[in-house]
Amino acid sequence: MAISIQDVEHIADLARIHIEDDQKEQYATQLSNIFSYIDQLQEVDTSSVEETCQVTGLEDVVREDVAKDADEAQKKAICDQFPQKSENLLVVPEIFSKK
Amino acid sequence: MLHTLTIQEARKGLDNRTFSSVELTQACLGRITERNDEINAFITVTKELALEEAKYADGQIAKGKATQLTGIPFGVKDAICVKGIRSTGGATILDNYIPPHEATVITKIRQQGAVLLGKQNCDSFGHGASNENSMYGSVKNPKNTTKVPGGSSGGSAAAVADNQCIFSIAEDTGGSIRQPAGMCGVVGMRPSYGRNSRYGCMPLASSLDTIGPITKTVEDAAIIMEIIAGKDERDATTVADPVPDYTEACQKDISGLTIGIPKEYFTLGGVDPEITEAIARYVTQLEKKGCTIKEVSLPHTKYAVAVYYIVVPSEDSANLARLDGIRYGMQAKAETVYDTYSKSRSQGFPEEVKRRIMIGTYALSAGYFDAYYKKAQKVRTCIRQDFTNAFSSVDALITPTSPFAAFGLGQKTADPLRMYLADVMVSPASLAGVPAISIPAGNTSEGLPIGLQVIGPRLGESTVLQIGNSLFTQ
Repeated sequence: MAISIQDVEHIADLARIHIEDDQKEQYATQLSNIFSYIDQLQEVDTSSVEETCQVTGLEDVVREDVAKDADEAQKKAICDQFPQKSENLLVVPEIFSKK
Repeated sequence: MLHTLTIQEARKGLDNRTFSSVELTQACLGRITERNDEINAFITVTKELALEEAKYADGQIAKGKATQLTGIPFGVKDAICVKGIRSTGGATILDNYIPPHEATVITKIRQQGAVLLGKQNCDSFGHGASNENSMYGSVKNPKNTTKVPGGSSGGSAAAVADNQCIFSIAEDTGGSIRQPAGMCGVVGMRPSYGRNSRYGCMPLASSLDTIGPITKTVEDAAIIMEIIAGKDERDATTVADPVPDYTEACQKDISGLTIGIPKEYFTLGGVDPEITEAIARYVTQLEKKGCTIKEVSLPHTKYAVAVYYIVVPSEDSANLARLDGIRYGMQAKAETVYDTYSKSRSQGFPEEVKRRIMIGTYALSAGYFDAYYKKAQKVRTCIRQDFTNAFSSVDALITPTSPFAAFGLGQKTADPLRMYLADVMVSPASLAGVPAISIPAGNTSEGLPIGLQVIGPRLGESTVLQIGNSLFTQ
């Protein structure tokens, strides 16, 4: 599987990671090598095999749907991590911009 | 030389008042100060807190209230959150992150009175097999500082091997505890998936991540496992099965057990002949101790790395989407919300994290989901079935932990695929969710540690520890 520079740009866009132009070719080469290696999975006959989605065998793990209030110290510890804030509110960049 | 003690030795000395926890903690802090510039095992050292906790522990010991870990200093991989203590995960996107919460296993350890020394260097969010993907510099192998310590829990393994702490708590997704433990010559245990809580661990691949101990002896690993195992309401994937007496299991005679030698582990991945010979010597010991040795086949082993590098990056790309520079961590200066995301992530993640996010994003993207993710999950079923078949006729499997000993710093960084193949012996057990331990098994002619891996069936930690301890103490 060959990954092109256009593929790298598309993936980087989906993943929201800015990639410098001079790095795109290197990523394309590395990802192509990795996916070529992964392509060996196609030789395994899995026509009658189910996927593994989990290994514990646990099913329908449920809990009471109750809100637990955080104390003031916990609230402060969370709010202290905000990169930008206005009192106890998180300030986020403008979402409906034209760009 | 207090810092060289094991958990059991330290417990005895503390209980007999031969030394205090403050003295023991000072010995470890002194060792860290002396060695951290060179080894780089710790990102954050919590010196003042450690001395405070040690003083409190001495008070508890004086009152006769000591429990198993009271007053014993330990370190924590930086990808595991400790409340109120900077936890970067090895990436600058969380350079200033102070978690408001704490991993359940860390709370369990601290409730026992253990003394926190600090947070240990690792490949960013567990992405790596050499600890060269940390944004806080490579860790060096204390046995030979021109070599890598293994990864991703390289700082945690190096710190134990270099006696900078009595034990470490680390995380293993595809070998991140066992592989560095093997390369540094210490003991590292990955539990069955679901045995220990993952709450508070920065997620890499949610269906594989586990938390476990890195220690100086197998009995110490058993002590820690007994404390940290068990169901946690905050992790819905933990199992309710009762936690066995692992320390007692270590003492059990191993005669009568059947040990499987999976032939694929010795034919794939170019195993260093010195390592094959070392493992063979240990297998002979097992025979002498009354075990039956049986060659077994796990035919899908050769696909494990390919499966791993689809399943893990896929889950990983989804998990790391939370790090967007908006709610916590580093926020890049940008005009738009899109640029805030893409620049924060570009600046705050190292190359390898970006590469894995891109692999996962591609594998999950429209048109490729069935060909990659679904296919990998099906081959994962074949790998699990191999283990189930093997464990129908043997009690445990013995393999090398890694096909080669610690390699040179910078030797494999140019080719990510070659680095991924370092996981060939450790990733299959991870995909199957079964427990495994790496114990030191002598040195190569170059003087580098060799790791021996014991793999057990699901929830077969007792058997793994029993065999591991018998080989370790011989």
